[in-house]
Amino acid sequence: MMMTTIADTTTRRGRRGSGIRRGEVLSGWLFTAPMLVLLGLFLVVPVLMALWVSFSDWNGHGSPFSSGVRFVGFTNYQAIVAGGGLAEQDFGTSLRNNAWYVVLVVPIQTALALFLAVLVSRQVLRGRGFFRTAFYFPSVTSSVAITVLWLFLFNTTGAVNKVLSWVGINGPNWFNNPSGIIQDALAGLGVRTGPSALTGHGFLGVSWWDWIGGPSVAMSAFILMAIFTTSGTFMLLFIAALQNLSGEVQEAAMVDGANGWQRFWRITLPQLRPTLFTVLTLGLIGCWQIFDQIYTGTQGGPDKTTLSPAYLSYQSAFNDQEWGQGAAIAFILFVIIIVFTLFQRWLLRDRGVPRRRRLVPTAKEAQR
Amino acid sequence: MQRRITRTLLMGTLAAATAVALVGCGSGFSSGSSGGSSSSPSGLTSSADPLTVLIGSSGDAETKAVSDAVSAWSQSSGTKASVIPANNLDQQLAQGFSAKKPADVFYLSTNALAGYASNGSLLAYGDQLTNKSDFYPSLVKSFTYDGQLYCAPKDFSTLQLVINNTLWQQAGLTSADYPKTWDQLEAVAKKLTTGGHVGLSMNGQYERMGAFMVEAGGNLMNADSTKATANSQANIDALSYVKKLLTDGSLKFAADLGEGDGGQALGSGKAAMTVEGNWVTGELANDFPNVKYTVVPMPSGAKGQGTLQFSNCWGIAADSPNQKAALSLVEKLTSASDQLAFSKAFGVLPSIQSAADQWKQQNPTLVPFLDGANYAQGVPAAKGAAQVVADLDGKLAQLKSQDPKTLLDQAQKNFAALTK
Repeated sequence: MMMTTIADTTTRRGRRGSGIRRGEVLSGWLFTAPMLVLLGLFLVVPVLMALWVSFSDWNGHGSPFSSGVRFVGFTNYQAIVAGGGLAEQDFGTSLRNNAWYVVLVVPIQTALALFLAVLVSRQVLRGRGFFRTAFYFPSVTSSVAITVLWLFLFNTTGAVNKVLSWVGINGPNWFNNPSGIIQDALAGLGVRTGPSALTGHGFLGVSWWDWIGGPSVAMSAFILMAIFTTSGTFMLLFIAALQNLSGEVQEAAMVDGANGWQRFWRITLPQLRPTLFTVLTLGLIGCWQIFDQIYTGTQGGPDKTTLSPAYLSYQSAFNDQEWGQGAAIAFILFVIIIVFTLFQRWLLRDRGVPRRRRLVPTAKEAQR
Repeated sequence: MQRRITRTLLMGTLAAATAVALVGCGSGFSSGSSGGSSSSPSGLTSSADPLTVLIGSSGDAETKAVSDAVSAWSQSSGTKASVIPANNLDQQLAQGFSAKKPADVFYLSTNALAGYASNGSLLAYGDQLTNKSDFYPSLVKSFTYDGQLYCAPKDFSTLQLVINNTLWQQAGLTSADYPKTWDQLEAVAKKLTTGGHVGLSMNGQYERMGAFMVEAGGNLMNADSTKATANSQANIDALSYVKKLLTDGSLKFAADLGEGDGGQALGSGKAAMTVEGNWVTGELANDFPNVKYTVVPMPSGAKGQGTLQFSNCWGIAADSPNQKAALSLVEKLTSASDQLAFSKAFGVLPSIQSAADQWKQQNPTLVPFLDGANYAQGVPAAKGAAQVVADLDGKLAQLKSQDPKTLLDQAQKNFAALTK
């Protein structure tokens, strides 16, 4: 909220000068000053300090601005993306893990959230309040509590495997199984070792065969958990958006003879585009920052298949005393999130409807 | 449009800030004030400042025992001291060092020693200890960095073979059958494996299998942690032996049995034997008070007896304004009487040789653990070794489907990179 205010204040600066408005500008700055100070102190300064640390050889003793700390250029970044050692391999592994997490969680949780929102928004549904609360409940529970619950549910002798055994499935040892699910599926088809073109070459110390191996079974349990917990939150956003849609457009579509399916895809969904962007962006940012589940649940294991860049950053800094590398990982993660967000914006930008799909001439065309 | 981009960027900044906040928050601004400390002839600082003792406690029993010992010292010395049990020792230590306001005395693991010693956070006070010659030599080696003993070993633990008496007798075995060699271990493990339980279980990691490496005459690094020796033939033999037991089905890792560690696998009756450290006594007493067990030495390998030892030391901060008092506190905490009290409270082994006899009298059934000090080796302590071991551990958990030599070659490459 406050950010919007700042942005507004900034854009309005050009208009100052007329005597009666001058006082407003001053009081505007006065009102935003406390927040600017707080943001500066707790956001801008730490970010800049971390940026400096990522380019320095600071070793964790004393202030990073003390005289003994030197500028080392891209050394830390180089160790992570091209060092050829364990640091590069760990970073590659963490990106691989998190990429699969994002690829699976973001679309599924968005689709599920939208589906649930449409369901509980229907006027005919009885006990809507109950279902809304039930679906939203996992979101308000602490992620640490849910993680602990998940560890019990997905224990090798836990509830999930018990249920699976009723239908004759011998469930895996979820949180201790590092094999990628796509590789598992291929092994089921008899492909146990990848082609040498894939196993022999790689990126960031991880072979292409492992990049495409899919999330590990352990990571899949976290993926299920993320979908379970966050769908409720985003359902709420979709419900709010659905309630804002005017019924008249729907009625007009009904008059034109569109069935329910067509109305959803052609009328409802396009109108939800801003909300969809919000949900996808929030989901993307949240997914790239997965930390607390890893910290409380697996600490990156088994075989580093649940290591995430955010957790690796923490681990490098606090456990391994590689402060520069830890900060560098955080900034690479920052760039990744920015790039993906911009890409999404571009993907969901407002486009003119392609000519051949137009059912009705637009206002402009009608004028011609 | 412009506003939306601004907002996106702000959102991104916020996102990044959340990620880096953890990194950033340890880096406070330095302040030079240290309460008017003065250097004494020995080079130690001395002042009237109270001491803080930061410990990574295993539970209430440990916290209380350490607090009692520290307050007893406080009363006799007249220097105030307080004990802080850490929630996350690594993180709290790092924050203290970067702010130049660290705890004066703290637990320090072998893993963390090299990192903090190399960045100047630690006081190398080992040579000033009056009881330096009393510590076990292998422990002194673990806390020596660059030729200097940095800190006094606090206590230690070794791995031995723990046997569930009931399951042992059910299989018709007697005390004459306790395995002395790898072959005998393999034979009894096979005999003890039935439908309900496996013969042997342990955690699937170097911190257990390493005992077999030492028995075969190997280890991941040499004793000074200056040279990588991960892919030696001895280590390959050790892992091949473990893999053979896994393939036979007489050994299953605790995680594959759905248990947190070997102690729980033993207590719950899913395994008849386990390789565990002396901490297992406390675990079994708390969670499985009815389980009767026997501790016997690990079987001998090609190079005789061997096991791994784990230890922490009492670190003293280089930035402490009252190092003299801190040193006197550490000498008291490593004295025979205090170490025996700690041992009683939370089951650790005293790090000084002069306490051994009394400890053995008090704990006759656990003697193999202490005897292990004579032939035990430490875990690699080079800077960054913890990460390499963690990487290896991830693969060792899947040893059944892996080639020991390939694993160790990879580890060798990673360890060698540390010593460059």
